[in-house]
Amino acid sequence: MEKLNGLRCRECGRRYPATPVHVCEFCFGPLEVDYRYDTLKTVVTRASIAAGPPSMWRYKDLLPVEGDVAVGHHVGFTPLIRAQNLADELGCREVWVKNDSVCHPSWSFKDRVVSVAVTKAREFGYDTVACASTGNLANSVAAHAAEGRLKSYIFIPADLEQGKVLATLVYNPTLVAVHGTYDEVNRLCSEIADKYRWAFVNVNFRPYYSEGSKSYGFEIVEQLGWRTPGHIIVPCAGGSLITKIWKAIKEFKALGLITEPVTTKMHAAQAAGCGPIVTMIRNDTDVLVPVRPNTIAKSLAIGNPADGYYAYRTVKESGGFGAHATDEEIVEGMLLLARTEGIFTETAGGVTVAAAKKLIETGVIQRTDSIVICITGNGLKTPDALYDRLEAHVKIKPSLSAFDRALADLKSHAT
Amino acid sequence: MPRIRVRLTFPPELIQEPIVYRLVKDFDLVINIRRADVKADYGWIALELEGDEGALERGVRWLKGKGVQVDPIERDVIVP
Ligand SMILES: Cc1ncc(COP(=O)(O)O)c(C=O)c1O
Ligand SMILES: [Zn+2]
Repeated sequence: MEKLNGLRCRECGRRYPATPVHVCEFCFGPLEVDYRYDTLKTVVTRASIAAGPPSMWRYKDLLPVEGDVAVGHHVGFTPLIRAQNLADELGCREVWVKNDSVCHPSWSFKDRVVSVAVTKAREFGYDTVACASTGNLANSVAAHAAEGRLKSYIFIPADLEQGKVLATLVYNPTLVAVHGTYDEVNRLCSEIADKYRWAFVNVNFRPYYSEGSKSYGFEIVEQLGWRTPGHIIVPCAGGSLITKIWKAIKEFKALGLITEPVTTKMHAAQAAGCGPIVTMIRNDTDVLVPVRPNTIAKSLAIGNPADGYYAYRTVKESGGFGAHATDEEIVEGMLLLARTEGIFTETAGGVTVAAAKKLIETGVIQRTDSIVICITGNGLKTPDALYDRLEAHVKIKPSLSAFDRALADLKSHAT
Repeated sequence: MPRIRVRLTFPPELIQEPIVYRLVKDFDLVINIRRADVKADYGWIALELEGDEGALERGVRWLKGKGVQVDPIERDVIVP
């Protein structure tokens, strides 16, 4: 089946063949994959999807992969959980958590985008993949490159924390630590992407890479029984995920897989210390003012997001809104989700839970509406955020009487 | 001649200044504007700059010194 028309400029509409290019040569606008929906409409049905594997590849027809899937066969199809304890706590009727903190193999939704990008890299005959990253993306590219037996170059700022370096190095990539300011590292990596014949997943492969995020949206709809929720709250960094979840819903609708009218409102969640997209939404302006990030939510710390404008448009078009979360609220959000649902998410998840809470408390989201909260990364990746907030409650000698005393003590404190 | 594709973001106080004109005149750069959005209090321009290596470096340094944000056309390439 010929399913791709090629690439198309999101700004001027010029068409390009499906090759590893990402910027329109005429207007420097971003390129996007263009599908033949007429063809797809005759092939893709609820039944054809349901017959697929329990992974994001059940939606392969709607992803830009044309040959066999090369890596990440088990990515996605993560749990969508009816979070009644959290709903009770928030005073709401219907809350769902889409839990990519357990996405295989590297514990964040980035596996969705990277498996597509690395598969495309193989399709286009590349033997090397690359990215510039400070966290989740680095983990995922290194892991998938290892699986696909591709060489990988991961660029990081030289002052990155040891834990993050280790969680990438273990997959045996070539890790390049770059000394310089953030801006210098950024520009250098853009030049490297331009010069070397490598698949830079979020630069020259960005049109393919970003499509992988649609699977997160497809799964929400299918797992809800081919229904769309009233609200989806999405953590935003570059602004791609929220845009692609919305695109996923629109594609399902256009293909007739969703029969009821779509009334979903898309809401953006960002940290107060790095929230340029939410600022646009709250100020009701399509002008993105770049910021210098200062937040514990490092996985969302993109000060000049490439898809900021499109994220804003998504929120506006759907009738949603946005909320900022302070560092304190982020930690509270992480603890709330863990305490109520037994899910340990990273700071990005804390941002989303905190933003959801605010949107509910301020009446933007009605308590009777159905709400999906997007949890996109694992808490074990960002333990630093919690170290000084948590400690063992009881420390005792190994004797029953010591325990009895400690327990009595705890109970008296609790009352 | 080396070329770079950049996105310039202007803070409000620079909107009225002839930045692009100075870039061409003082640094001997050839510029090719592809897309721009300049409002009363904020603006950006996506453009290609062409000149010898030294001139490009000096031009970019001057822009930053003025308070213009200079990013690769892809913007933030480092992803968390
Ligand atoms: C855990 C996590 N959640 C959400 C995001 C935001 O995704 P996007 O950059 O597509 O807005 C990122 C990374 O950028 C992330 O690492
Ligand atoms: Zn264009």
